[in-house]
Amino acid sequence: MKYVDEYRDPVAVRRVVARIAARATRNWTLMEVCGGQTHAILEHGLDALLGDSVTLLHGPGCPVCVTPVETLDAAWMLAARPEVTLCSFGDMLRVPGSHGDLQAARARGGDVRVVYSPLDAVRIAAREPAREVVFLAVGFETTAPSVAAAARWSRRRGLRNFSLLVSHVRVPPAIEAILADPRCRVQAFLAAGHVCTVMGTREYEPIAARHRVPIIATGFEPLDIAEGVALAVEQLEAGVARVEIQYQRVVQPEGNAVARALLDEVFEPVDRAWRGIGVLPNSGLGLRSEWSELDATHRFGLATPELSRLAAHSDASCRAGEVLRGLLKPDQCGEFGRTCTPERPRGAPMVSSEGACAAYFRYRAHDAAEAEAREAT
Amino acid sequence: MCLALPGRLVEHVQHEGLPLGVVDFGGVRKQICLELVPEARLGDWLLVHAGFALRAVDEAAARDALAALRGPAAATETGSEP
Amino acid sequence: MTLPSVDFSALACPVPTEDDRITLAHGAGAGASARLFADLLHPHFANSALDVGHDGAVLDAQPGRLALTSDTFVVNPLEFPGGDIGSLAVHGTLNDLAMCGARPLALTCALVLEEGLLIATLERVVTSMGAAARSAGVPIVTGDTKVVERGKGDGIFVNTTGLGAVAAGIDLRPQRVAPGDLVIVSGSLAEHGIAVLSVRDGLGFECDVRSDSAPLHDLVAQMLDAVPEVHCLRDPTRGGLGALLFEIAGRAHAEITLDEEALPVAPAVRAACELLGLDPLFLASEGRCVAFVPEAHAARLIGALRAHPLGRGAVIIGRVAVGPSRVAVRTRLGGKRLLALPAGEPLPRIC
Repeated sequence: MKYVDEYRDPVAVRRVVARIAARATRNWTLMEVCGGQTHAILEHGLDALLGDSVTLLHGPGCPVCVTPVETLDAAWMLAARPEVTLCSFGDMLRVPGSHGDLQAARARGGDVRVVYSPLDAVRIAAREPAREVVFLAVGFETTAPSVAAAARWSRRRGLRNFSLLVSHVRVPPAIEAILADPRCRVQAFLAAGHVCTVMGTREYEPIAARHRVPIIATGFEPLDIAEGVALAVEQLEAGVARVEIQYQRVVQPEGNAVARALLDEVFEPVDRAWRGIGVLPNSGLGLRSEWSELDATHRFGLATPELSRLAAHSDASCRAGEVLRGLLKPDQCGEFGRTCTPERPRGAPMVSSEGACAAYFRYRAHDAAEAEAREAT
Repeated sequence: MCLALPGRLVEHVQHEGLPLGVVDFGGVRKQICLELVPEARLGDWLLVHAGFALRAVDEAAARDALAALRGPAAATETGSEP
Repeated sequence: MTLPSVDFSALACPVPTEDDRITLAHGAGAGASARLFADLLHPHFANSALDVGHDGAVLDAQPGRLALTSDTFVVNPLEFPGGDIGSLAVHGTLNDLAMCGARPLALTCALVLEEGLLIATLERVVTSMGAAARSAGVPIVTGDTKVVERGKGDGIFVNTTGLGAVAAGIDLRPQRVAPGDLVIVSGSLAEHGIAVLSVRDGLGFECDVRSDSAPLHDLVAQMLDAVPEVHCLRDPTRGGLGALLFEIAGRAHAEITLDEEALPVAPAVRAACELLGLDPLFLASEGRCVAFVPEAHAARLIGALRAHPLGRGAVIIGRVAVGPSRVAVRTRLGGKRLLALPAGEPLPRIC
């Protein structure tokens, strides 16, 4: 596949990794903030390949896992209403709220439907005027413009039965939160390439300058990630800290102006609770007041106090917050693989297959089993 | 957050008031919304996420970057695919 | 006064004399049921046992061992490129018999129909079932039809049970899989899974992928003729190759390592999986088989497979070794990662 396969070339990846090893005079700690990059690194064993030159930490880059329990509970309550058709990306179906996940809601009679695109939810609303169609809008800035386009389309078509349960999140505040933690060891960031495709890289420049950390907008294939790491190491060795673009085939400093304008038309920054981290100011995107008729929480009277009452108490022994801030690797958590597994997740990074703990469980159980076997002998 | 795939725009379609296009991903064709890339032309490679094209792929930048990473042979490889 | 003249030749009676949908009466065992069987099912499934029209089929005894298998088929949508729930139900059960090394003798067919199902749809499915059974040379000798209320069924559910005869000396079981065995697949993966998804409402995309649904008993007979030393045969249906290997590794108490580069996946299937965020390792094939065979006989088995129209794409994809029960994948980059079973059915992702 063009523009995919070339970036999986093992020879090229090894060449870049060798360059990194030759250039690095000490171990550097990098963090990536994207579930897709976490997945790629573990799937292809890139962190093992990088060896001692680089420590790769995984940040809160999974918008699915950081979706607050309140949002999931709201989705559950909506799905339970007989007139509601709840549409969602497939990623969200198995994320548990206080009562259960959306698959369980469907088993209890809820009309829950998986869609590939937010436009499909609008089409369902148009085709089934007797249904109240709600779209669970999660995702980073990569996805928000598409949801904004769907919102505009719904209004243009005069639909009265379409609404959004919004829980979009923004990356820059998450990076700031990680850097603000006194325990933070991160020396450089790999910024999420597809978020930057939309938003550009300008908003990372003040962060790089203020905290003196290189920030490299990086793609998702092994060669992209290896190159992103190489560029970060290059800067770190040279003692510079600026924003750089590895993913040049789709990222420009200004991003996609049309997409950003659409996003600004429909959404505005709001405070958002990140599951496992807490409330980060301006870290979410919410519907502007001019679009409030599309807000499912208003339409269905889902008041926040009611939701807070329903929200589960956080699990005291769950160290998800530390994992999400890169302070702890999943397999360093005592519950990892024991009381906490993808089938019985205790915290955010284990609930979604893109979360760091779930990714480690998938790809590293192999190493853990071998380590155990070695210890036993 | 991030599953996006490059595909080639092979047809423009106007449908229900939306600018759509048929995008070919290595043999799989899907109708994709072009609202975020109004300048997209037939033959362009587009990065697609959740049914929307986010951006056209800068083919020249890709060629140059790959050549630097893989050696001169790689540049002609990517250029020859239909 | 003259009466106006009326032309009656084009008049159609507005009251439907024949319903075009299945009703509860069709499952009640009386007139409508009998008519459904006589007019729709029997003509497509005709054979001597069925012609007797009794509660069960009486068959001649077979020497040696018998194989018995049963499967229920649920697919949405009912019809997809390359087949439908009918042909799928016939092939699926024939293939389970084939994986036991059995020669198929007879099939049963039980239908649960949803009230409101278009009879035209049922007709297409039944025609397809009949054709699949005839083409395989296996009669559908008995069955049953029930109807459930609208909303309580997915159009059609089909159960087929298959009876087969296992020749002496054939012993195909997961427990026989041993370290040193090679893993061979008869052709490219995940085509059925992608073909069905391509026409699923809300997800549709265009591609040339057709379900690989096919009966494998003839291929298996040729394989076992050429290489009786095969240890085990399985078909990668629901859960795909990944689930199959997981199960075999568990029952054989061995480690199975897959070579990622060797896995045969058609370009369009790979593209569809990349687009939707699916893993071809966990999508179904319905006309492929996976063989576990001692390394010494692998080349001969590949030859026998490739000599058959349904085995042209046969390749070695992995090997079995001493180790804990698990499946590992050797990646393109030369690393090794563990395969983990997904929690549930594959769902399209954006993350």
